[in-house]
Amino acid sequence: MKKYLAFFRLRFTMGLQYRAAALGGLVCQFFWGAMYILSMKAFYDTDPAAFPMTFPAAASYIWLQQALLTLVSMGGIDNEFFNVIQNGNVAYELCRPVDVYGMWFTRSAATRVANALLRCVPVLAVAALLPAPYGMAAPPDLPAFLLFLVSLTLALGVVTAIGMIVYMITFHTITPRGVRLIAVGICDFFSGNIVPLPFFPEGFRQFSELLPFSSTANVPIRIYTGDLAGREMVVLMLMQVFWIVALVGVGKLLEWKELKTVVVQGG
Amino acid sequence: MLKLYGKYFSIHLKSTMQYKGSFFATLIGSFLTSFTVFLGISFMFQRFHKVAEFSYEEVLLCYGIMLMGFSVAQMFASGFKVFDSMIANGEFDRILCRPRNEIFQVLAYRIDFIRVGMLLQGIVMLVYGLASCYVDWNFSRVITVIFMAVGGCVLFSALFLLDGSIAFFTLQGLEFMNVFTYGAIEHGKYPLSIYGKGMLTFCTFVIPYALVQYYPLTYVLGRSDNPLFIFLPLLACLFVVPCWIVWRIGVRRYKSTGS
Repeated sequence: MKKYLAFFRLRFTMGLQYRAAALGGLVCQFFWGAMYILSMKAFYDTDPAAFPMTFPAAASYIWLQQALLTLVSMGGIDNEFFNVIQNGNVAYELCRPVDVYGMWFTRSAATRVANALLRCVPVLAVAALLPAPYGMAAPPDLPAFLLFLVSLTLALGVVTAIGMIVYMITFHTITPRGVRLIAVGICDFFSGNIVPLPFFPEGFRQFSELLPFSSTANVPIRIYTGDLAGREMVVLMLMQVFWIVALVGVGKLLEWKELKTVVVQGG
Repeated sequence: MLKLYGKYFSIHLKSTMQYKGSFFATLIGSFLTSFTVFLGISFMFQRFHKVAEFSYEEVLLCYGIMLMGFSVAQMFASGFKVFDSMIANGEFDRILCRPRNEIFQVLAYRIDFIRVGMLLQGIVMLVYGLASCYVDWNFSRVITVIFMAVGGCVLFSALFLLDGSIAFFTLQGLEFMNVFTYGAIEHGKYPLSIYGKGMLTFCTFVIPYALVQYYPLTYVLGRSDNPLFIFLPLLACLFVVPCWIVWRIGVRRYKSTGS
């Protein structure tokens, strides 16, 4: 456990070094969120009755999504391990007397946390200062906020475990570009990054909620905005726990298979 | 020059085709990226039926045209997207030594064939939009649609050129420039008027997105009969000029990074 904590701390401090990159990303996320909210406003003004949540909740949803982008979306995946697989440095990783799965899991989770800490505070601070319907609102109550934090941690586990499976597939394909694009595309869509899940048509939404991708950003953000509560929330949080266990299992199985036949590229 | 570009083109195509599996996986990924955006639009319109005064079919027509221009620009002007690494690894020094125009060489340096996936998506939506939009087609409207696609392509290429030029001054690409390229295509799927007056003014006079999108679109859909709107996409092409000036200044004060 101690060595994993050390890996986490090392990767975390490294992530904090890239402040200029974080600032650039911040400007992007702020514009992105503002445009997204303006388009939602246009839909809301067209037909308020068809809007599945209140407008302030939708605004909070969008700001939170932007703030947590590097934490729980597939786009925040740590590119280092793709390079390691492609340029052959994976040999060094395999030499270490620790389990590759555990080591990569903690390090990619640490990268996500470091990137998110740099980005989320400014985005949330500015969003909280915006005037009422466009800004970021407070969560419904304290228990909801605590549940949000729990669910967010679970979401981090799920998205990192999906990322691990993507790495294991890259052992097979060597070039990461295609696999990465497909994973980001699918995960972004089913986690409500393009359109929040409550906007999905009935039936398709229930189907999406069964998939592991919706166990990422979708659950914690909807708990925060008050859209998800009671029995439905408990079910979805249990699904998160289930997916962590299942995805880690699949990932470890793939690791075991791939490492038996690993080819070190280059020298 | 065109013959030389043809040579580069076939070299790039051959080298891409060496890795067929990877190429098709990336093609599928690229298609998926824009396909999920399309699904998102469909879901929104299943619920709301229209946004401001625009229907589903009209939005698809608009997004299809924009996506075509964008994907072609992304395919051919992708050299500028990696331009910061060309400065960093000394590739630009080699370019300066060769007896051909620098912009031409950067354009020929990289052709991103996987964008065909996105182009395909654009064409499908455009065709669907055209077929279902109840537009009374005549010569001037067809011309307007063509101008929109061409103007969009030129405008996005100019933005990629500007993005690359900035690397002369910062040595590293600036992530916030993505707002003007990827952000514009992501949010340009809806006619720009839905974002409010302020945004429309910005997109008219600062970066002329609206000149290739909103104004000509109203002409095509018969909401406006101002014949001036047909030619606005061509006016937007003038945006290349300031971008080119920034590039020239960059080339003139370029100092090799020495690696």
